[in-house]
Amino acid sequence: MAIRVTMKISLAPISYCWSKADVEQFYQQVASSSIDTVYLGETVCSRRRELKFADYLAIAHTLKAHGKQVVLSTMALVEAQSELNELKRAVNNGDFSIEANDMAGVYYAHQAKVPFVCGPTINNYNRASLDLLYQKGMYRFVMPCELSQQWLQAVLDTGSEPQYEIEVLGHGYMPLAHSARCFTAKHYQLPKDKCQTICQRHSKGLLAQTQESQPLLRLNGIQTQSAAQVDLIKQIPQMINMGVDYWRISPNKLADISLGDALARLLNKVLEDDKKSLQNELTQFAQSNDHLSHCNGYWLGHPGMNYTEHVNHLINQ
Amino acid sequence: MELLCPAGNLASLKAALNAGADAVYLGLKDDTNARSFAGLNFTAPQLAHATTLAHSQGRKVFLTLNTFPKPGQEQRWYQAVDLAAQLNMDALIVADLSLLSYAHQHYPHLPLHLSVQASATNLGALSFYKEAFNIERAVLPRVLSIKQVKDLAKVSPVQLEVFAFGSLCIMAEGRCHLSSYVTGQSPNTGGSCSPANHVRWQDSGTDKLTRLNNVLIDKAEANQQLGYPVVCKGRYVAQYDQDAKYLLESPTSLNTLSLLPALAQAGIASLKIEGRQRSPAYVSQVTQVWRSAIDTYLASPSSFTEQPQWSQALAKVSEGQITTLGAYERQWQ
Repeated sequence: MAIRVTMKISLAPISYCWSKADVEQFYQQVASSSIDTVYLGETVCSRRRELKFADYLAIAHTLKAHGKQVVLSTMALVEAQSELNELKRAVNNGDFSIEANDMAGVYYAHQAKVPFVCGPTINNYNRASLDLLYQKGMYRFVMPCELSQQWLQAVLDTGSEPQYEIEVLGHGYMPLAHSARCFTAKHYQLPKDKCQTICQRHSKGLLAQTQESQPLLRLNGIQTQSAAQVDLIKQIPQMINMGVDYWRISPNKLADISLGDALARLLNKVLEDDKKSLQNELTQFAQSNDHLSHCNGYWLGHPGMNYTEHVNHLINQ
Repeated sequence: MELLCPAGNLASLKAALNAGADAVYLGLKDDTNARSFAGLNFTAPQLAHATTLAHSQGRKVFLTLNTFPKPGQEQRWYQAVDLAAQLNMDALIVADLSLLSYAHQHYPHLPLHLSVQASATNLGALSFYKEAFNIERAVLPRVLSIKQVKDLAKVSPVQLEVFAFGSLCIMAEGRCHLSSYVTGQSPNTGGSCSPANHVRWQDSGTDKLTRLNNVLIDKAEANQQLGYPVVCKGRYVAQYDQDAKYLLESPTSLNTLSLLPALAQAGIASLKIEGRQRSPAYVSQVTQVWRSAIDTYLASPSSFTEQPQWSQALAKVSEGQITTLGAYERQWQ
């Protein structure tokens, strides 16, 4: 029986400090991909000025012209007045909705009546909080990284169907923490305010391993990421059944666009196909992408760093 | 300027009151607060007793409800709010939106303090909570420099409380998943950072090791000290490097005695001492020092100097016995 799959692929903002040329090349490729939704902007550090707001806006318009749904992402940790001003500028861009990653983003978007997505660093831990933010103008939320499938199901089981969309990070290094301290600058013994944006040296963050050579963290300026990439490809059918609307990729290389493109094509194709073939095709997909250090612990209700290889999901009820 | 001290149990509460705390904060014996350790915290009758005791001495008592209600289990958090209202407690320390909303709607006269776990670091975030829930006060995360604290205090629509002393959390609090990445439990979800049942102290004969859910956090020679294993204070090896270093932070704790005049001049309403998980002796020692420091400052603001015996006394109870100004000091950032 033909089924209708409405889940779409989204691309999180680049969380690293890349050169302007690299960022522009990246989004040129995104423009010609089948990826539906693109989040765009600097979310980690206001010292990164390779691209200015106007540059992001220009990219946003190009992507929109290619049929993409574009959302302007804003900073996760907002401290200085200059950062608040930049945030307000993003909110008042006039064309695009925003991803709020700090409650200040929620506040200004609500004031300006700009619809917003709550990013993964807004503390949404229960249904009543989500409903409250919906009242303020939230139309979608990205599930905080540390929450699980069981948590999401419990949220969905509370009351009627939510009026807002659900997005889950399915692939990429997870943002685990943000600090006032820049760990990359500290590593190079540079003061934060003379950091020379040294983080540009590490296009996917600086790997930190334990003294037993266990990869643990990635230092990305003031942000700390997981050393392992979350990999929830096998869980896509389960998420479709639950009603997850967006499967998010947090990119760290050009190949992530290919992954997003392939998955988007596959999901579009399933409109004419059945779920069993989706499951089969995804299984192959997951296996062919399974050689790196991956994790899926949070989704399964385990420590986030864990990876469980064989997860059996009921395909359909 | 209020001196706000931690109470993990009745003995600590009495220690804080005897040593001159203006107010104490405490939590219930469950996962409604982020210091959910075995043997800590208060049952409902103990909470009633603690509140009566503090009020009889003219001191204030705040209930810490700084975790996030789990879907389907919200009642436990709502009941805690009801209890605090019944006991006439002086404020609730809350981070979750739904809980702020519940308290604001049901008990509009019960003051709400925005917990540090809500991670509000700027005017926009503070305005949001003020307008939505009429919060009276916000606790600032330990990520702001002293200049940023001063700037924020000038425009803040609510009273500000800052951490003055204790364990140094270096991340934007309430939004840190390092503990759950390794153990499955975070302050937000499980009620504690680095839960004790995941901690192992090992001694190989030549080396001492600390582990968190089997992950090696730190290693030292037998004669060196090791801190309690939290992910942000471990020694790791950076890519392209050979040696293990404290890549995030070393086991230090926060001590802002030298900033007391600056904090007072900025109009900070309350100085918070961290450590509900610490002993009554710690609470007593730290409270005494800070009481003395605040009184000395207030008696003669212009001639205030940090007295060596204060820092010596505090150093004895500090983690790693090293103290820092943390993010308050621009250089640290």
